[in-house]
Amino acid sequence: MKRWLLGGLMAVITGTGGAMEADIQQWSTDNGAKVLFVERNELPIVDVRVAFDAGSARDGDHPGLARMVSNLLLDGTAERDAGDIARRFERYGARVSAGSSRDMAEVSLRSLSDPDNLKPVIEELAAVIAGANFPADAVERVRQQTMLGLQQAQSSASSLAEKAFAAAIYGDHPYARPPQGTLESVPDITREDLQAFHAEYYVAQNATLAIVGNLSRVDAEIIANQLTAGLPAGQAAEPLPAVDLPAASQVVRVPFEAGQTHVLIGQPSVARGDEAYYPLFFGNHLLGGGGLTSLLAERMREERGLSYSSYSQLSTGAQRGRFEMGTQVRNEALEEALEVLRGTLVELIDEGPAADRLEDSRRNITGSFPLQLDSNRSLLGYVMSIGFHDLPHDYLSQFVEKIEGLDGAAVQGAMREHLHPQRMITVLVGPADVIDAVAD
Amino acid sequence: MAARNAIFALLPALMAAPAFADDGNNDDIGNITRFTLDNGMQVLVREDHRAPVVVSQVWYNVGSSYEARGVTGIAHMLEHMMFKGTDKFPEGEFSAIVSREGGRLNAFTSRDFTAYFEIMAADRLPIAFELESDRMVNLQLTDDALATEREVILEERRLRSDDRPEGRFGERFAAIANPGTGYAHPIIGWEDDIRSISLDDLQSWYAHWYSPSNATLVVAGAVQADAVYALAEEYFGDIPAREVPAVRDPSVFNAAGERRLVYRDAQARIPQLRLSYDVPSFATVEDRSDVYALLMLSAILDGGDGARLAEQLVRGNEVVAAAGAGYNPMARLEADFSLYGVPTDGQVDEVETALRAQIDALKTEQVADEELERARNQLLADHLFELDSVFYQAMQLGMLETTGAGWQTLQDYQAGISAVTAEDIRSVAERYLLPEHLAVGVMLPDEQGSDA
Repeated sequence: MKRWLLGGLMAVITGTGGAMEADIQQWSTDNGAKVLFVERNELPIVDVRVAFDAGSARDGDHPGLARMVSNLLLDGTAERDAGDIARRFERYGARVSAGSSRDMAEVSLRSLSDPDNLKPVIEELAAVIAGANFPADAVERVRQQTMLGLQQAQSSASSLAEKAFAAAIYGDHPYARPPQGTLESVPDITREDLQAFHAEYYVAQNATLAIVGNLSRVDAEIIANQLTAGLPAGQAAEPLPAVDLPAASQVVRVPFEAGQTHVLIGQPSVARGDEAYYPLFFGNHLLGGGGLTSLLAERMREERGLSYSSYSQLSTGAQRGRFEMGTQVRNEALEEALEVLRGTLVELIDEGPAADRLEDSRRNITGSFPLQLDSNRSLLGYVMSIGFHDLPHDYLSQFVEKIEGLDGAAVQGAMREHLHPQRMITVLVGPADVIDAVAD
Repeated sequence: MAARNAIFALLPALMAAPAFADDGNNDDIGNITRFTLDNGMQVLVREDHRAPVVVSQVWYNVGSSYEARGVTGIAHMLEHMMFKGTDKFPEGEFSAIVSREGGRLNAFTSRDFTAYFEIMAADRLPIAFELESDRMVNLQLTDDALATEREVILEERRLRSDDRPEGRFGERFAAIANPGTGYAHPIIGWEDDIRSISLDDLQSWYAHWYSPSNATLVVAGAVQADAVYALAEEYFGDIPAREVPAVRDPSVFNAAGERRLVYRDAQARIPQLRLSYDVPSFATVEDRSDVYALLMLSAILDGGDGARLAEQLVRGNEVVAAAGAGYNPMARLEADFSLYGVPTDGQVDEVETALRAQIDALKTEQVADEELERARNQLLADHLFELDSVFYQAMQLGMLETTGAGWQTLQDYQAGISAVTAEDIRSVAERYLLPEHLAVGVMLPDEQGSDA
């Protein structure tokens, strides 16, 4: 057979020995911002992310405030309006975005690494982060868009379920409130609220920078200084209050006309840094976090045809994250699905994992770690997570070692200690007669 | 688009691509090798040694647009059934093996293709090949497995389409935006068809389309191209080619005429507007410069927050809360140039007027140099940024191949975008973005019905 080999004509990308050995360098800027940097030279690009401890957990009495600040961050400074700012990035082919979650607000920039392209967009980004001034017309526009989004979310069963679940598992904690705000709270947010939030939380002592890409340490230091120089030093946000577990189990019903009922069952999990995270991660992986081979997918989907998607997930945060089992099931089969979900969890807690399942899960978790760092973007996310949560630089290797060292008894023990079926919240979003028929 | 058939696919020497030279700007980042096995199977390898990871994808030239009335959804249903096991690897084993080896896997069905993938540590590639080559020929289809999977797919349909206002609207809009073509029905299929497709139907679908001569193997990651070729020959080379049916896609309307859908949805809370023009794809266009001009036009309208729709409509017109535009030329049949809009206060007609005025302006006035330059820089930078994802690199190759664009398109892209002039953009707007090519779809909340 004839074949043409093109490799000889082109330089082949040379490997650096794999992302697992990523050399993370860390320092602080003069005014106190934490910086993490990984040099990656294979592609002529640079990724920069600036994060602040300024997520919706900081909303206070104004649900939606943190999200609105990040949605308006790129929409105006004293010198420039939103379009002007956007074009100053676009002209150089750079992509910039701002977003927020419960713990974190972040701005991300991806640029070509050529200094002619990189320098002007870094300058622009620095001016915008420090100088965002929330022009009145932009505030009204974003408020309007937010309200429309909130209205639209009322016709989405999955959005309704998520909102009800967070509210129920977190109770009085700031995590209970929806990051996007509510139809009642968003109209009351004022420009002064936005400015005050920005002034308090978008400060150097409350910032973490992650930089990954084709530049030297010296250039990374210059960029980090540029991005933070305009920020007041300020102070780091106070730690969030601890999350209490729900006192008792509860079924929360949200009526919604549909052929399926959406189900979420769960409770708060553990905070980042808690040693129980590793055995819980392991247990969750074999319960419903491991894709098609996990217990829930097998029993719900493969064996019974009850759902397209059945999963469990475990997350952590600055405070307790969440443990959640979820599915969407035709209304007629809701009772059966609830039995399978709850029964599988209880069985795993009571009897512990089967030895072969434990080993299969272990091999998947430890064998798949290179997959998590196969791009500059995924590396950026990993590095930011290490910086923001003060994790060791070799967190992933340590993670793999911890998983290697756990046996079935350790997994079962952690699940028994931290997962409490008798205190879990069940959210049902479906037709009233269907969800009302489910016992409390 | 010329019909793909076995004869066409079974000429390996002619199908192999000539060597190409890059233009020198990024000559160390595009490293693609193409082989053809004796049975007609195409093999595309893209080396990327940044991480010790490999993506392996098997693409079949068949998707929902190949389906006849009465069996809509069968391409997707067979995709589900492909996980139901063979003699050698019974149900569950495929996923279990990949999982044990630290891999991830899944599959996807679209209008023009059905594809299966594994992502693994690079040295595990033979495992992926062994599993994929086995199910290319040895799939066991049983009534029991079908009965269960049919229920799973009906749940998937409820989740994606039946229970969501946007899903219900989207299916209706596709039907008027692509009248008379294989793109008119949903990929997942109509509910009645999902309920009635038989085991025989699936057997024959599998026998017809799952031939190596109708497949492209795409491998991207930390591998050597010639080693991948040797492995591909070892695992796939002995699978006999079968004749693949000629694809019949009759030309329907040259210009279907302006169409309008007004859909009222009891659960929708806000009105939404969609516009879709029938425009050429890479596969159907006579001169590819038109495709590049349409891509630039799309970036002029919605390349970012500084582009026209955001500047002039979302920020410049109080009636429009959100607006966007998009064009994907990777389609076997005609492509859509689509726009959408959301009114701030329910005035959906005014949003339509504003969007159509944007299109008209592109026909009469050339875009400014600054806009042209900005759109070009964005598209070229995005093209480079895409190299960061190994998975997406493989996706691009597979999509280009199965939609008839050809994988070499990736190499032409930079030159194609660079050559577009302001007059080219004006010209494609004038020639293609015409009312007789346009479908307009409006979704209204039910309570608005009385005052409309």
